[in-house]
Amino acid sequence: MLTFTLRRLLLAIPTLLVISLVIFLLVDLAPGSPMSEIPLTVPPDVRRKMIEALGADQPVFVRYVLWLRQFFWVEPATLFDGWFGTNWAGGEQRILSWQSRAPVFTIIGQRIPQTLTVIGTAYLVGVMIALPIGIYSAYRQYSLFDQLGTLFAMIGFSVPTFFSGTLIIIIFAVTLGWFPTKYDTNLHVTDWASFVQQLRQMAMPVMTLGLANAAVISRYMRSSMLDNMGMDYVRTARAKGLSERVVVLKHVLRNSMIPVVTVIALGIPSIFGGAIITENLFGVNGIGAALIGAIHASDLPMVQTLAFIFAVLIVSFNLIADVLYGLLDPRIRYD
Amino acid sequence: MTEVITATPKPESALRAIWHQFRTHKGAVFGLVVLSLLILAVVIGPYLWHPEKLTVVEAIKSKNKGPSLKFPLGTDQLGRDMLQRMIAAGKVSLAVGFVAMMIAIIFGTLIGVLAGYYRRLDGPLMRLTDMFLALPLVPLLLVIMMLFRDRTASILGPELGAFTLIVFAIGITSWMQAARIVRGEVLALKEREYVLAARSIGSASRRIITRHILPNVVSPVMVAATLGIAEAIITESVLSFLGLGFPPDFPTWGRLLYDGLSYMQVYPERVIWPGLAISLTVLSVNYIGDGLRDALDPRIRGR
Repeated sequence: MLTFTLRRLLLAIPTLLVISLVIFLLVDLAPGSPMSEIPLTVPPDVRRKMIEALGADQPVFVRYVLWLRQFFWVEPATLFDGWFGTNWAGGEQRILSWQSRAPVFTIIGQRIPQTLTVIGTAYLVGVMIALPIGIYSAYRQYSLFDQLGTLFAMIGFSVPTFFSGTLIIIIFAVTLGWFPTKYDTNLHVTDWASFVQQLRQMAMPVMTLGLANAAVISRYMRSSMLDNMGMDYVRTARAKGLSERVVVLKHVLRNSMIPVVTVIALGIPSIFGGAIITENLFGVNGIGAALIGAIHASDLPMVQTLAFIFAVLIVSFNLIADVLYGLLDPRIRYD
Repeated sequence: MTEVITATPKPESALRAIWHQFRTHKGAVFGLVVLSLLILAVVIGPYLWHPEKLTVVEAIKSKNKGPSLKFPLGTDQLGRDMLQRMIAAGKVSLAVGFVAMMIAIIFGTLIGVLAGYYRRLDGPLMRLTDMFLALPLVPLLLVIMMLFRDRTASILGPELGAFTLIVFAIGITSWMQAARIVRGEVLALKEREYVLAARSIGSASRRIITRHILPNVVSPVMVAATLGIAEAIITESVLSFLGLGFPPDFPTWGRLLYDGLSYMQVYPERVIWPGLAISLTVLSVNYIGDGLRDALDPRIRGR
């Protein structure tokens, strides 16, 4: 298992390097880069100084290696210094956003809490809804509940979040007036009243994303339960006279959770990246909103860094899912 | 337990058997009917419903109208007939879905066949597939749209440019599933006796692939293709929804939904119609895919 993990870790490094190169080149060599958007009325020497100030006059590969160095050495070192008061980074240039001139990672650090509270809660809620639905649908296969669950999942797959989100806004905010339409980022939870307000403004985005996630995960849970229900060990457990409760919730559920846990792990990167639409729709000022803002403002360092962070997350959670699968299921041995 | 073997009349052909199985899946039949109706509406709709062009004054007068006999779905903030716009938008949305899926399937099948058939290419091509799977696709698509939109628009014109760019961007970021499925199938198929027989009589690799292997990977590819249409339609509407898709005067369902958002509080139907159209299309395509999967699987068929 350890050798497998190490081998996968080593394989992840070239993958990430290639992805970083692709992201860097795609953004850097594209015709719509902001260098082409400096107005023609700007005199040539001023234009040159602008380009120099943005660090865009160096050859592509120099910039790529510098960016990698900043990403993998300067930024972690700065973070370390911030925690322990050391001076590893030595005041080296950090990755700066072109919009705000602030370090990209500082901005990301400010945005992440919003994303994690809203989108993370939505994912958790989705899992909490999905598991019971999946278990019960499988236990009563082809029952009315199962049919309804299948319909619910199909609709959850098919209705895109931007539509379900708008429907939820129309129903709960416009017609019923229960929740505020826009998310207030400046709200600080200090007492009970502000906590309630936070819950109220989180309700709609959590509902939107939670339903979409629940649809997918409940399907996996159901089919995994169905695979296990017919196994011999289940018959044995019943033959021993164990109660249905113990058979289903202990024996079958534990074994069925193995693939589901990996699916849940694989979905975690989408908490960070895939929630762009939801953040945009409800005005949650998180990472997805930061990415959209950076794209509209042609803020290349921000876009590159965010896209690469998403890629790192996807690769790491793929790795985690594989390792988890091996750890949870003793029948699977990679080496 | 003994099963009672009933003497069912044997279906004449494979196609007929597939159709038989497909028909037993209620959802799939529902999906097929709904999708056909939508396609029909989009294709012959413009011939049946062509309201006369309004003059400027008439257009201003007919702003923000509710549903009426003259405008069955009402009008938008510029006095344009919503039904006409829905039909025009549907044509683009469905076209994007089909064309992007075709690109993804052709590319995916090519990669899959090469990786499965030629052992030397397997490693590199599968690494490439893994790499694409690890790319953050939605952010990348947005970046591609932002960076290349103006350039393609200046070469091909705003409408064709946007269409080509969107279709290609979606196509080259969604071929991975098809490639993996095809590779798996080809790996198993190429060890079969009939392929060996074909090789022993001296068939060239190209001929073996086109005559013996490709026809046998059609069914899993068909399922992947149907699901790919749904995916592509959703991706396009996501791009339009974030304001990075088609230009405003070139409507798609995603774009109409995006335009309707600002008027959501007063005229919710302007969001609901396009959203419903997208959801219905995707739902019916997903159901068709589900039914096809069952119908094309010989282990399920005939049970």
